[in-house]
Amino acid sequence: MNNIEKAKKSDTYSVDAHLHVTGKTKYLDDLPELQGTLFAKVHYAKIAHGKIKNYNLEKALNIEGIVKIVTYKDIPGENQIGGIIPDEELLATDEVHFIGMPIFIIVAESEIAAHKADKLIEIDIEEKEIITDPIDAYKKNQFLSSPIKFALGDTENAFNNCEYVFEGTANSGGQEHVYLETQGAYAIPNADGSFLIYSSTQGPTAVQRTVARVLGLSMNKIEVDVNRIGGGFGGKEDQASPWAAMVAVSAFLTNRPVKYILERGEDLQMTGKRHPYKSNYKIGLNKEGKIIAYQASYFQNGGASADLSPAVLERTLFHGTNAYFIPNVEINAFSCKTNIPPNTAFRGFGGPQGMFVIEAAIHHAAKEMKVSPIEIQEKNLLFEKAEFSYGQLTEDCEAQRCWDQAKEKYNLEDKRKKVETFNNENDTVKKGLAVMPICFGISFTNTPMNNARALIHVYSDGSVGISTGAVEMGQGVSSKMIQVAAQSFGLSEDQIKLESTNTTRVANTSPTAASATADLNGKALQDGCDQIKKRLSDFFNKHWEITSNDHASFLDNKISIGSQSIDWTEAIGIAFLHRINLSAKGHYATPRINFNKETGKGHPFAYHVYGTAIFECTVDCLRGNYEIDSVELVHDFGSSMNKEIDLGQIEGGMVQGIGWMTMEELIYDEKGRLKSGNLANYKIPDIYSVPKTVSVQYLDTKGAELAILRSKAVGEPPLMYGIGAYFAINNAILAFNPNANVPYDAPMTTEKVLIGLYS
Amino acid sequence: MIEFILNDKKISTKENLGMATLDYIRKVRHLKGSKLVCKEGECGACSVLIGTLKDGKLHYQSMTSCIMPLANAHGKHIVTIEGLNFEDKLSPVQKAMVDEFGTQCGFCTPGFVVSLSGYLLTTNKPSKEGIIAAIDGNICRCTGYKSIERATDRILTELVQSIQSFTVQELVDNHFIPAHFSNIKNRLQQISTDIERKEDNKIIGGGTDLYVQRPFEMYEAEVKPIYDDPELNKIEIIDGICTFGASLTMGDLGRSKIFSTALPNSAYIFKLLSSTQIRNMATIGGNLVNASPIGDFTILLLGLDSNILISDGRNERQISLKDFYQGYKVIDLKEKEYIKEISFKIPNKNSTFHFEKISQRKYFDIATVNFSSHIEIENNVVVSASLAIGGVGPIPMYLHNLAKHLIGKTLNTNLIESSFKILQDEISPISDARGSATYKRLLARQLLLAQFLNIEPNIYSIKKLVSA
Repeated sequence: MNNIEKAKKSDTYSVDAHLHVTGKTKYLDDLPELQGTLFAKVHYAKIAHGKIKNYNLEKALNIEGIVKIVTYKDIPGENQIGGIIPDEELLATDEVHFIGMPIFIIVAESEIAAHKADKLIEIDIEEKEIITDPIDAYKKNQFLSSPIKFALGDTENAFNNCEYVFEGTANSGGQEHVYLETQGAYAIPNADGSFLIYSSTQGPTAVQRTVARVLGLSMNKIEVDVNRIGGGFGGKEDQASPWAAMVAVSAFLTNRPVKYILERGEDLQMTGKRHPYKSNYKIGLNKEGKIIAYQASYFQNGGASADLSPAVLERTLFHGTNAYFIPNVEINAFSCKTNIPPNTAFRGFGGPQGMFVIEAAIHHAAKEMKVSPIEIQEKNLLFEKAEFSYGQLTEDCEAQRCWDQAKEKYNLEDKRKKVETFNNENDTVKKGLAVMPICFGISFTNTPMNNARALIHVYSDGSVGISTGAVEMGQGVSSKMIQVAAQSFGLSEDQIKLESTNTTRVANTSPTAASATADLNGKALQDGCDQIKKRLSDFFNKHWEITSNDHASFLDNKISIGSQSIDWTEAIGIAFLHRINLSAKGHYATPRINFNKETGKGHPFAYHVYGTAIFECTVDCLRGNYEIDSVELVHDFGSSMNKEIDLGQIEGGMVQGIGWMTMEELIYDEKGRLKSGNLANYKIPDIYSVPKTVSVQYLDTKGAELAILRSKAVGEPPLMYGIGAYFAINNAILAFNPNANVPYDAPMTTEKVLIGLYS
Repeated sequence: MIEFILNDKKISTKENLGMATLDYIRKVRHLKGSKLVCKEGECGACSVLIGTLKDGKLHYQSMTSCIMPLANAHGKHIVTIEGLNFEDKLSPVQKAMVDEFGTQCGFCTPGFVVSLSGYLLTTNKPSKEGIIAAIDGNICRCTGYKSIERATDRILTELVQSIQSFTVQELVDNHFIPAHFSNIKNRLQQISTDIERKEDNKIIGGGTDLYVQRPFEMYEAEVKPIYDDPELNKIEIIDGICTFGASLTMGDLGRSKIFSTALPNSAYIFKLLSSTQIRNMATIGGNLVNASPIGDFTILLLGLDSNILISDGRNERQISLKDFYQGYKVIDLKEKEYIKEISFKIPNKNSTFHFEKISQRKYFDIATVNFSSHIEIENNVVVSASLAIGGVGPIPMYLHNLAKHLIGKTLNTNLIESSFKILQDEISPISDARGSATYKRLLARQLLLAQFLNIEPNIYSIKKLVSA
């Protein structure tokens, strides 16, 4: 058990969870199919780079039940789905750029027929040279976007004044999202030429925009509806759009409903993942272990088209120095074009890749300086009004407090001694310890995206319906939205109904991403509730002939002004008869934030989230496998509005980070083929591979003004605790073999451990 | 036509028997609670409980319906998440998952609830270890499992407080499972378990590999189901030889008292073999004919120098398992032939059986290298040895040279070091998704050493192997 006092449980969570545990929740594939529904399937490239010479669809078309095979020529609008940069075709025209690139859409009466036809499509592709490594791409000038650079101080000179300077490389692997619900969409044509799209997406507006573009229609002709999704983790932020566009095109051409749920193998082959990075670093420290200068170059493996890579790249720089203050920083990042699927958003969004490099650099320095990395980490933590390389100063900085509290509550010094004693006493089993502080900025770093809207209807019987742009994907945002509305109106949660996320009710939404969804949508929702409350307040002041025009209070199902008080339901009934507007549209745009992409300076984040985790692991030095014994952490939740949901985010995110750092390994062969292209070969943590114990302490803090109800964003930050697992294992290897050669090359698979132990 | 009970409804269906059970559940019966995620048995989101009546007893097992042939549902009770729901309340398993926030996106949740409910129906001695083992084949990407662990604690507490005898009726009476379970045994007795086994059709056992490799082909395939063939489901020990039918599953053997007599202390091995659901489906015969160079049970049986009895329905022949594998996926099995029985000599007081398996993920994974051996030592001299290793060549490899090398020699440091060299000469690993050739060679050495250390714990210091 963790030591958290049990917070009051949200009734809303329980409503959602009831549906889950009884199997009643309806995901995309569970919606009843309309009569006449057709099934789509993609025929994708089996060659990573090449020119399409010719193809023959005849045999495939002869399969019974095949209605149409869609080629790029059939697309009524633009054959283009690139979100940031228009460099990605929906269907290949004359070249393919990665294995998994869609070429045709088979539309059939049944999934079996589509499958049979897929096998019979003949295509002749002339192979071209491929690149799978970002450094190769860099050398050949193959970029997806312009390089970017952040700088602070005078790095060049600062290195001259350092007692110690170390250089090295640090690489981190990609990561497959493995949202349990695969990608998919269902398009239904309406009589007037408009379309209703059910999509498993984190970005309903992105789907709407992409479908409109591909169909050559205006956005008001496309309605996208999302009830909830079976996991996203960033994988459905931008990459849910192509499937929606495909079923929409197919529905457009056949005038029938068309559905496509990707098979797991198709999803693994065709969709992008977390970006693998290769990086160089140079770190300079003074005699006391203060980091004086830091340089790094990040080579991002972006895949075949830009997707969200430029934005991911930028966040790598934002988090290049993690939770440390370094006065002289120069960091450069390159988005490299390769022949693998376009990589995309994944919880942390480039931040983890940047943090891994600075942690590796510190570990390297500590090893050479014969001190513990913990000493160097502790000496360089961020402090109040410290400047980040992008010019923002810390405010209410909690880095030191998280560290101190973790150190004290979990007896770090005692733990270090115990590990040392254990290692002295055992030859075949070694323990490793590592501390992982984090600092993560909250906001879309593309400032214009930081806005949201909400639609609120108070019905004449007093019940409330709310719609926002937030997509529920397991992170508990539904519960949080209902909590916000219930608290605002002084109602109980069961009086609020949260509607599906729908582009017709709430338009121009930012995707559910960047950990900021509850903040943005919650604040918009508060704004909408406040508008209705103001109208009710004004009305009852008049109605009760109160001359002072006091603000009404909304508490415990009652509206009260001074000594007057009325039951909510009755009040709404009266207000309705007096023709008071009981609906509102709330809007919110995060104040203060700005960022100048030209100078690389600004104030891009509403606030930062901090935390410190202590990892302990045990390595079997005979076999090379390992267990994470414990993770003990102190996290800055702000003033958590739902402790149990937030705890779930910490535990789940941290374990996902451990997976990325340990067992999850994406392997592309020299032909650009994904060798770990099924769940038999790509392993994510099971119940036995998670830490034996996890303890989470809430940092005692008032929280941030710009966080919803002062409850800080919690989606992404915990993933980066997982980096601690890598270094704990690394340290256990060094305890067995102090001369071990263990390159900083994540994930730390059992292979790398055993080879390291005996290097 | 086959018949079974789906939740509380008796079903007779003429659907193709090759169809995956999940497709039947979702597409034919429109029960949408069981989720399709991987079609590989790799995640457990489609888990169902299968109640089987055997020797007058009804017992339940969890299985992944995405790769379960519909044929194997015949005569059984199939329980999906819908069949575990109460009309007006949550079951204690469901309530524990809700109260401990054990569900986030919810897609894996029905599978967890099914597996945990299955635990109630299979255990008679609830334990923390046991209930966690029941969900070893269920993958969750959201929670990090800690909240699910807390839910299992709650379930255990409730179980211990209210259940003593662990009968189906007691579970019904205490509202752990719905009332329709009470009558299932009687209703199953009314259903014949006979099934047509057409000679020319494709033989299917548990389906755990066929349905992963060729899911669409199986959808329309004409099958000859042998999973429940009583002829292939026996186990016995006679004169120090353990003999068992090829249709027994890994789960059957793991639960078999006879098998644990034959191989004492083998519980740790079963934990290393896939997941609870897959062990309940995967037949030993299937593992052998699959001829995967890293088949766990294949390596285990090779290390025991097992024999197999091959039949074509009329004639039978017995061969040594080590002669069965002739090349990559080439086996000594003719058209219409199938493995009927497997037999091995059980270890005696002087001999040690040892099994090792290393994979990327410690449990529920395919081996990078696996190893098994049966070594008999008298007065510190090796008198007999059989050793097998997987993942280091095109076939499950019996280590002929190494066995020869060991026999007649004194077990000491020199023998260990010389055996390392013989081993390296005998294996020929390649680099693939499971690891580099270098790693597999290193691993092979370490696992061989682990075997020696198992026999004689302080015989060798691993520190000696670190490069100078």
